[in-house]
Amino acid sequence: MKKIIKYVMSDILQNRIVLVYTFFLLVTSLSVFSLEDNNSKGLLSLLNIILLIVPLVSIIFSTIYVYNSAEFIELLVSQPLKRKVIWLSLFAGLAGSLSIAFFIGVGIPVLLFQPNAIGFMMTGIGILLSIIFVAIAMLAAVKTRDKAKGIGVAILLWLYFSILFDGLVLFLLFQFADYPLEKAMIGISALNPIDLSRILILLHMDVSAMMGYTGAIFKDFFGTGTGMAISFGVLLVWSILPVWMSTRRFNRKDL
Amino acid sequence: MKPFVFIITLFFYYQAKATVLYVGSDRLYKNISAALALAATGDTVLVGAGHYKEKTLTVTKSITLKGINYPVLDGEKKYQVISIKADGVVVDGFKIIHSGISSLEDLSGIKIYDRKNVVIKNNILEDTFFGIYIQNGTNCLIQDNRLTASSREEQQSGNGIHCWKSDSMQIIGNTITGHRDGIYFEFVTHSVIWRNTSVKNIRYGLHFMFSHNDAYIANHFKNNGAGVSVMYSHGVKMYSNIFEENWGDGAYGLLLKEITDSYIDGNTFIKNTSGIYMEGASRIHMQKNLFKNNGWGMKIQASCMDIEVTKNNFIGNTFDVSTNGSLVLNTFDNNYWDKYEGYDLNKDQVGDVPYRPVSMYSMIVEKNPPAMLLFRSFITSLLDKTEKVLPSITPEGLKDNKPMMKRFF
Repeated sequence: MKKIIKYVMSDILQNRIVLVYTFFLLVTSLSVFSLEDNNSKGLLSLLNIILLIVPLVSIIFSTIYVYNSAEFIELLVSQPLKRKVIWLSLFAGLAGSLSIAFFIGVGIPVLLFQPNAIGFMMTGIGILLSIIFVAIAMLAAVKTRDKAKGIGVAILLWLYFSILFDGLVLFLLFQFADYPLEKAMIGISALNPIDLSRILILLHMDVSAMMGYTGAIFKDFFGTGTGMAISFGVLLVWSILPVWMSTRRFNRKDL
Repeated sequence: MKPFVFIITLFFYYQAKATVLYVGSDRLYKNISAALALAATGDTVLVGAGHYKEKTLTVTKSITLKGINYPVLDGEKKYQVISIKADGVVVDGFKIIHSGISSLEDLSGIKIYDRKNVVIKNNILEDTFFGIYIQNGTNCLIQDNRLTASSREEQQSGNGIHCWKSDSMQIIGNTITGHRDGIYFEFVTHSVIWRNTSVKNIRYGLHFMFSHNDAYIANHFKNNGAGVSVMYSHGVKMYSNIFEENWGDGAYGLLLKEITDSYIDGNTFIKNTSGIYMEGASRIHMQKNLFKNNGWGMKIQASCMDIEVTKNNFIGNTFDVSTNGSLVLNTFDNNYWDKYEGYDLNKDQVGDVPYRPVSMYSMIVEKNPPAMLLFRSFITSLLDKTEKVLPSITPEGLKDNKPMMKRFF
């Protein structure tokens, strides 16, 4: 298993796209911190990058990578190796290398300019998001045989998680405006890792607007230790569940 | 020459008459009540350091009551400490602790009953129910007192400086913490509140009701349960105050309800959930205020009219202005908005396109608070951008026609 992970990782880290991705993240985060007059404003701009770019790159790159290494996977399957091991090492290699890319690109500048709880949280959440979207991408890739269709599904999934879901939430909010939805919203936010990450970071950063009545309810939940633990638990579930489902699927798949 | 001699004689006469009565463990008078009983109008009662438990001290003559090194007057959690029932009394330099608690009698550290020209200065009040209570006073000076209470609940706590039905009061340089309302004004006219600090009070830092033609200047209100509230008054002048860190729903830097003909100039609103909340206000001039890092800079309800908002700075607020209807009878001209994205072709420092401070998302949140969940999400910024191009939900009239390109100060 170690050998496969090592191979996958070295393959990805030498990939030009990942290098460009790392470099892009590094340049944006450094320039954001040096352009803005205060660091917390810089963090806010970075937040948009983390919530939009990181999932997009993770999901599309991983899908394409899985399709492109179809022959490599077939080769490995013909060896005396368990399918589960092959699939999990592929996941570990992808998730690991994209996390490293994120850590170098965003994590290091953030920890340099803002070495506090928010900085650590942002780095942690960014890495978690990378892992989650690699997992989702692999599920999408294993479910569809056709490459073009698979990539389309990946893009749609990204679109769903970053825009459509919020639109649906807004629609629901107006449909059920007569009901007290504050607490239900906490549950709903767990259905989208991007929303959950955004709220987690914002509640530790831009408290002023979130401190209205609704904000107070969110703060009561997300601000406490248990709330934080639960939300991180949910994010972990979001990364483990797709991996588990895709592994099961891969085990039975006719390659 | 004759009148002059007369005045001099008069002066010596009073000089001779005004005696000083010393109170202390090693003095003639062992307790203050005895000295008060024997003092005559114009006398000074000097109280040495010590711990005095004398139930309620009632001052019925026009005298000066002065403490040396803050003698402690203890109400033993049962009594009101000082009652003033004479004109021109001076209370200076005491430490007043543990008044009784009674909502029926409003027990206080110091209470003034229907009197004129009373001076209360340099006192320390700790753990009193009401701190300094003035009912029906005229021309009293409350200066440089330090009031601290430690109750947690509104019912168990009175107001710091409470003025009821008074006129020409001067409240200057006091520090008030932990009371229900820091300073409370009801039916008080022609008075000034100057350089006070009101921090961490349970309800309001300053509570103002039916009090006309008053001014409050250069006060600091910080971290109070619900900020500052000014209601049902006209002719209020609010200059150079600082409203800071009033957090929570229903907490406002400054709440204005049914205020008319007033001025809000040069104030600073920092880190409040809402900087100013206005309801039913009219004819108010707002100039040169700074709104910085608030959740909402101003919440101005559609029931307000003739509010002139000019030359203010709006910096780093999540929402600059929000409102609840489409009717706008107010003007917002010549302000600086940090979110303004327009241009200035003729370089006269005034932006060429109007700025609309109300964003679509703020209207959505106003109608549907749980939508706060989507704060800073991609879809809301998308909605805001479309709304800017084609306004449909946001009120058409609420705009700054001459937004400034640079901040004022």
